[in-house]
Amino acid sequence: MTPCIPGSGEIISVRGLRKSFKARRGGAGGAAGAGAAAAGAAGTATRAGRVEAVRGIDLGVREGEIFGFLGPNGAGKSTTLRILSTLVAADAGEIRIAGFDVRKRPGEVRRKIGYVSQAGGADPHATGREDLLLQARLHGLDRSAARRRAEELIQALVLSEFVDRFVKTYSGGQKRKLDIAIGMVNCPKILFLDEPTTGLDPVSRAQLWTQIRQLRDLGTTVFLTTHYMEEADVLCDRIAIIDHGHVVMEGSPADLKGGIQGDILSFTVNHVPNAPEAALEALRGLEFIREAKAEGGSLRLVVSRGGEALPVVLRLLESSGVGVADISLSRPSLDDVFLRATGHSLKDGTAPVSGIGKE
Amino acid sequence: MRFASDFSVLFGRAIKGSLRNPVWLFIGMFQPVLYLLLFAPLLKGLSGVPGFPAGGAYAVFTPGLLVMLALFTTAFAGFGLVEHIRSGLVERLLVTPASRLSILLALLARDVSVLIAQSVIALGMAALLGLEASLAGLLVTLVLMVVTGLLMASCSYALAMLLKREDAMASVLNTVATPLMLLSGITLPLTLAPKIIQAIASVNPLAYEVTAARSLFLGNFADSSLAVSFALLGGLAVLAFWWAIRSLRKAAA
Repeated sequence: MTPCIPGSGEIISVRGLRKSFKARRGGAGGAAGAGAAAAGAAGTATRAGRVEAVRGIDLGVREGEIFGFLGPNGAGKSTTLRILSTLVAADAGEIRIAGFDVRKRPGEVRRKIGYVSQAGGADPHATGREDLLLQARLHGLDRSAARRRAEELIQALVLSEFVDRFVKTYSGGQKRKLDIAIGMVNCPKILFLDEPTTGLDPVSRAQLWTQIRQLRDLGTTVFLTTHYMEEADVLCDRIAIIDHGHVVMEGSPADLKGGIQGDILSFTVNHVPNAPEAALEALRGLEFIREAKAEGGSLRLVVSRGGEALPVVLRLLESSGVGVADISLSRPSLDDVFLRATGHSLKDGTAPVSGIGKE
Repeated sequence: MRFASDFSVLFGRAIKGSLRNPVWLFIGMFQPVLYLLLFAPLLKGLSGVPGFPAGGAYAVFTPGLLVMLALFTTAFAGFGLVEHIRSGLVERLLVTPASRLSILLALLARDVSVLIAQSVIALGMAALLGLEASLAGLLVTLVLMVVTGLLMASCSYALAMLLKREDAMASVLNTVATPLMLLSGITLPLTLAPKIIQAIASVNPLAYEVTAARSLFLGNFADSSLAVSFALLGGLAVLAFWWAIRSLRKAAA
């Protein structure tokens, strides 16, 4: 594949981005990616029939990195992505993509980017090769150049096994590969991927991660949304955590996790009324506990020197009559970062790993 | 030229998609053909009844049949768009440098081509059954149908982008198209209808179109309904096209 020219500096800059939609009555079951209906489904604060999907976002993405937009469904991720890729006009804010103002020069921006929505975008009644050719022609390549570019992508992304079959016969993983190839046809400086691995099996997901890294290594900046912590952690060079239309934290996964000093000690207490409160009371005053929080029937502590803390905590709880199960001691995860920044867990209210969540 | 290239590439995609699902082209023709085979013969006994137009059963019914085709087959064009909103194809095309105009015009050109093909087949069948008509009149009728098709398909696309669901679209289309058809004299001439129905039908552009087409089949280009239907349908088609392109621009569906 033709490598794009690497450079440095901020390739996406977003300042003060805001967007609200008309709230729809009962329209939440609409088509995947239906902006207003989807934003309304998960809902952020409303004023007089409007849903504020994005409430003042600032972002900077550096050239050549994989940037992840992490947040629960309905946080405003897809809306932001659609604004950045010229599909939706923002209410307010300044956005520059590869040096061009999205509002004033959408045509230039479209030449510089690839966009893969959650639904993908391949024509189910065409073959993969036809889809690649269509995309190439619309990006201004003539017939023979389009054929060459399609062939390059078929080789680079290993599509040859299925590329001449109709798209509607593809497996989820094959379809995703084609979608990404379509997004790469114009050799974009920035590739936008909306929830690229949602609904994929673990093997396809791992393959996709490898391919996304390869694209980055060839110089493409990748901007993706995800609600999987693991994906943000393992795949992304830097992430922004978004919740209720705000960016609550931005940085590399390692730096963000490093912001929590200590280990995470979490456990479930027995189903007795006030057991969590009793447990918190029993542990009050221990100098190695930096933070403690009860959530439902479980407790979550940030402790320094976890190995030493564990037996002490267990002994104290036992002597105060609180039964304990499911103990775990771990290094901080992005969920801990998310919890600390927002006061709630990223796992709350989102679909499990195989989810069909859409934003 | 950029626009021409985008248009032809997009038109090629759309027409290929239709040819791969020819079953839809025939389903669209099913109802009109049934009318031609099972209903038109009933009209034979009516010639000579006061108010029944001149020209014999097929010359009276076939123009209505063509208008029915133009009304129903293009009105359902938006269903394909709903599918492609769902598959993400629409968003994908909107993020390419191709203009919104070329995207919409390619779809409309496909719909009009399909409509013309269906009309020619229907006319061939009517000719086999005994239709006799003026060739020049037939050609002008086809132009009238193309305008109708552009109107209905544009409305259908705008609705698709507004509703984004097949079931909602089907109920809206049936609610609108059925009275339009009943009040147009497609099946039986409105000259047979009571005064009150004639009065309501006088605001239906399709009623003028059917009357105009019947005159055209007989080689009469002077009937006032011809100018009225071109003006009404043309004006509405322009409005509908504006509605559709505006929906596409802000849809980002």
